[in-house]
Amino acid sequence: MSALLEVEGLNVWFDLAGGGELHAVRGVDVQVDAGERFGLVGESGCGKTTAMLTIMGLLPPNASVAGEVRLAGENILARGEESVSPHRWNDVAMVFQGAMNAFNPVKTVGSQIEEPLRLHGIAEGRAARRQVAELLERVGIPSDRAARYPHEFSGGMRQRAAIAMAIACGPKILLADEPTTALDVMVQAQILELLLSLAEDFELALVLVTHDLPVVAQVCDRAAVMYAGEVAEAGSIDALFHTPRHPYTRMLFAATPDLHAGGERVVSIPGAPPRLDRPLVGCPFHPRCDSRFEPCPTVTPLLKVVGEGHVAACHLNDHVREGALV
Amino acid sequence: MSTNGSAPLLQVEGLVARYPVSRGVVGALRREPKLRVHAVDGVSFSLRRGEMLALVGESGCGKTSTAQSVLRLIDIDGGSIQFDGTELSGLSPRALRPLRRRMQIVYQDPYESLDPRFRVGATIEEPLQVHGVGSRSERSDEVRRALELAGLTPPELYVDRYPHELSGGQRQRVAIAASLVLHPDLLVADEPVSMLDVSVRAGILAILDELRDNGLAVLMITHDLSTAAHYADRIAVMYLGRIVEEGPAHEVVENPQHPYTRALLSVVPKRDPRERSTPQILRGETPNSIHIPVGCRFHPRCPLAIEECKAVDPELRRPAAATDPAHRAACIRV
Repeated sequence: MSALLEVEGLNVWFDLAGGGELHAVRGVDVQVDAGERFGLVGESGCGKTTAMLTIMGLLPPNASVAGEVRLAGENILARGEESVSPHRWNDVAMVFQGAMNAFNPVKTVGSQIEEPLRLHGIAEGRAARRQVAELLERVGIPSDRAARYPHEFSGGMRQRAAIAMAIACGPKILLADEPTTALDVMVQAQILELLLSLAEDFELALVLVTHDLPVVAQVCDRAAVMYAGEVAEAGSIDALFHTPRHPYTRMLFAATPDLHAGGERVVSIPGAPPRLDRPLVGCPFHPRCDSRFEPCPTVTPLLKVVGEGHVAACHLNDHVREGALV
Repeated sequence: MSTNGSAPLLQVEGLVARYPVSRGVVGALRREPKLRVHAVDGVSFSLRRGEMLALVGESGCGKTSTAQSVLRLIDIDGGSIQFDGTELSGLSPRALRPLRRRMQIVYQDPYESLDPRFRVGATIEEPLQVHGVGSRSERSDEVRRALELAGLTPPELYVDRYPHELSGGQRQRVAIAASLVLHPDLLVADEPVSMLDVSVRAGILAILDELRDNGLAVLMITHDLSTAAHYADRIAVMYLGRIVEEGPAHEVVENPQHPYTRALLSVVPKRDPRERSTPQILRGETPNSIHIPVGCRFHPRCPLAIEECKAVDPELRRPAAATDPAHRAACIRV
């Protein structure tokens, strides 16, 4: 049986205004099963948002794409907009980063959630308004608030409304890009709880895109760690934390303070990610890596199976037996 | 240094800061009462040299207003701020000036806090010029020293660069260097790493850690309890303009007493996926600080609230289950 969402060999380039191009996504493979909670982790500029926008077919005109995005087996990139648009919102939906600040300030929240229902021919008029009321209640907003304007909502409420809008057309996959980043920790907990309960009730696959490892650790079954436009490592979240096979994964966890690990040293990763507007040679992480050795600056490591459902792109795995740690 | 090592450098008592809120034209015509946000509503704490205190809480809890009041960047409506034995609350701007150089602040966003037209060296030198410190060559030495303290070594590599040539982490280091160039005694760090990538945060916090070890008093404002737990000596948890719990960082994190602190800690995601726990999620949102609930300000959301909590505004005191004498919580139920 194939996965619900399969991304294979995905490459995205942006033409730059001053000439040249930026290779933002560099050969990404990801699979997400129906109903799964999947984390896509990485720091700013690693290509995680670009990869998600590609799945939605919402890249800007200066982007070019290669590779496949298969939804239940069908390559939705095959014929560009023509093959993506039937699936967008209906099968795969996205809560954009900063979505809670993207509402039109002069239209009521209810009318903005109603819009996708009308545009997709799902419901109109009174039926649409009833559906909006149900959606709002489902995400924890009293339905009489539909007639209110975005500025009358708190940040947490606007994020709930953005989620209601994303699930309005009954998708099977919800891509949530940094859905809790600008929120306070208590509101973050409320939003994560909401996303999990929606995923369960509607058998939604949830792809959580974030820089926040602890959030993924608490919420997701599996995750992929991206670096410089590539997947550095992917596997069960338990394996990523307890038996990482890529130094970046290990170092990223070590750079993240934990509430109860007071005595443990938190160590930053020296340096910065490479520029993606120039060709990369060798492992993209090698200048920052604490375990680099001779092949790293010149030979690009490929993703290699290192355990059950666990892959990593690191030369250390060329020589190390399965099961040993990086 | 005019004080001995044991007296606090900063002693804040009963600090109050309010902001007027617009009633709008209609409200004013109807002579509706003037509304005020009680941003800081009776906050007391102290800070010693060589100590880091983290003020933690959700947005709107008053942590940034508290820090701004201490630096007299906003006017205060009551209370006392003693800095190294001098009362700041009544001081004129002129009398305040010599003290200002001893209190510095690092802001959250290193993309906004640095002037893009200034080279790094000029940005760091500016405070020295403003305060008329030293000759040109002395100032240049101070700039180098500050860059080194902020981990930008060798300094020659950075003095002539512009902010746009630097990464976010490097920019924040420049902002820290600029705050250190006047040899302050107190540094306020307002969410110093929240705009930065995870991989570089620890480097910035390590600088603050080291400065603290060398005698600087650091007041860190953060919403991130894990960061506070890891770096601060003491934590003060704020809710609606008040400190509701305070104590040594380890004690507050491992033995929290106030129901708000407990809830807040329970929702902080843990790094280890095997340590999944059921968060105690508070319903609703923090009420606005215009209409602060009567009695205990937390009672409408509190799982432990009893009738008495609606009437009694609890004071900070040592909770029964405290294991550290310096641990205080403002709750009649603990």
